[in-house]
Amino acid sequence: MQIVAKGLTYVYNPKSPFAGKALSGVDLTIDEGEFFGIIGHTGSGKSTFVQHLNALLRLTGGSLKVGEYDLADKKCNFLELRSKVGMVFQYPEYQLFAETVEQDVAFGLKNFRKDLDKDGVQAAVKEALETVGLDWQQVKDVSPFELSGGQKRRVAIAGVIVTKPEILILDEPAAGLDPLGKQELMQLLHSIHGGWCKTIVIVSHDMDEIAENCTRAAVFSAGKVVMCGTPAEIFSRSGELISLGLDIPVTAKCANILKQHGYVVDTDFTCDDFVKKVLALRGKEAAHAE
Amino acid sequence: MEAVRFDNVKFSYREDGGEFAVNGVTLSIEEGQFVAVLGRNGSGKSTLAKLINALLVPGSGTVSVFGMNTADDKKTFEIRKSAGMVFQNPDNQTVASIVEDDVAFGPENIGVPRKEIGERIDFALRAVGMEAFRNATPSRLSGGQKQRIAIAGVLAIRPKIMILDESTAMLDPRGRREVMEVIKKLNREQGMTVLLITHFMEEALQADRAVVMHRGEVVMDGTPEEIFARSEELETYNLTLPRAAYICKQLQAAGLPVANAFTAKELAEEICKSLQKG
Repeated sequence: MQIVAKGLTYVYNPKSPFAGKALSGVDLTIDEGEFFGIIGHTGSGKSTFVQHLNALLRLTGGSLKVGEYDLADKKCNFLELRSKVGMVFQYPEYQLFAETVEQDVAFGLKNFRKDLDKDGVQAAVKEALETVGLDWQQVKDVSPFELSGGQKRRVAIAGVIVTKPEILILDEPAAGLDPLGKQELMQLLHSIHGGWCKTIVIVSHDMDEIAENCTRAAVFSAGKVVMCGTPAEIFSRSGELISLGLDIPVTAKCANILKQHGYVVDTDFTCDDFVKKVLALRGKEAAHAE
Repeated sequence: MEAVRFDNVKFSYREDGGEFAVNGVTLSIEEGQFVAVLGRNGSGKSTLAKLINALLVPGSGTVSVFGMNTADDKKTFEIRKSAGMVFQNPDNQTVASIVEDDVAFGPENIGVPRKEIGERIDFALRAVGMEAFRNATPSRLSGGQKQRIAIAGVLAIRPKIMILDESTAMLDPRGRREVMEVIKKLNREQGMTVLLITHFMEEALQADRAVVMHRGEVVMDGTPEEIFARSEELETYNLTLPRAAYICKQLQAAGLPVANAFTAKELAEEICKSLQKG
């Protein structure tokens, strides 16, 4: 399913003294199969935008289509849409509530799929827990509150992917995890991407994470998309990003300084590519010296 | 002067005393030091922090803060005045609906005279660069601003030690920078002893000293540069290098003659040098 937003606007608390424009004309297309990144500092409208994608926020202006679903249409089948577009909020472990891990993961599924019998639910829960790297037998009867932080987050994600959404949206999925936990989480996302989960959209403040993982990214500022392209395209405009108050990847910081010294590293800003290009540069310099 | 001292400290959350969260830690922190504490989730970092200001008391061994034993009930109040703590989630640390009332909460509770409370609020808000927000509502501030108010609230008690338990984890890059600037300034200009628990290796680079915890024990202790130069050892504790240091190591492995670099700037300079050599 392709996501197409045209002229999307949104006003919080309309007709009140606290009215505030969160989106002011967002045009953005996210193709099926992408691992898409959304960047922007706090208050730029990125969370408001992603909450439109499964109709948690209803359209107030502009148009939004997710595959066949026209979100401006009041008769749109929102229940079906929400089972196909999964949303993992920031710090999703704060939303765990059930007595056991199994009940927690099954909650969403039972609401979406009233037709499933007990065995069907159990099989789906088992698969979801195993997908996020937890041993079903070991954790199913445990209270989610007894697990470690990283495990809680995995359970929360299992509770969303249990319906096998075609599009998975995650708001800062790696925030607060330790470095290895972050790496493991990104590996998990890549492992489900391309199977039943066709498209992944992540909101992230970590530019290195965007550079390493995303096919394309959009930069939000003041309720609009101000840049959209591959990480290579976006981070080659690092001056603009810095003036928006955003960070840039370490590779881009380094490439900028090297450029001032006359060395152009033509990289896509992933670590591996940066290393390769710097080594190629040395080869060129050495050939030049001879 | 020694600010904090741990002598073979063990602590378990379980009543039967099994599974030590902190398992035989001996550690000394001098006044004025800026110490980063690194380690995986569950390695005992937060427990270590809570043992300092007597939120937890050791099962065995002793913890002392400026010579005061944390196990001594009569000293608890004095210890908490000396060692203030800032936590992860800014929203959980706000108690009042106006910034100045929030900052006043600490000093009011320790019985500071009214006139002096005003002075302390001025001092604390100035120290974190939030004087313009004295009458603002905390809930309408950004994450970084809220966290600076939380720090001001601790400062108003005039502690000698500030403990930050992943206090930048929930902030965006701008908020993180704001908070780190404030911490560095307090350490440099006022000689505040700082203990910073963090998962951001780049933040650890700004400290004088880094301590790595693993399964309740202190397994590495040195300057951040010394710690990050021992990358194989770090890996066994499931920690990663700062990204620039990781790239540097890749370049070294591929035979580029670069010295150890830890920040983007250092790395760029090293690459320049090696390219100029040809």
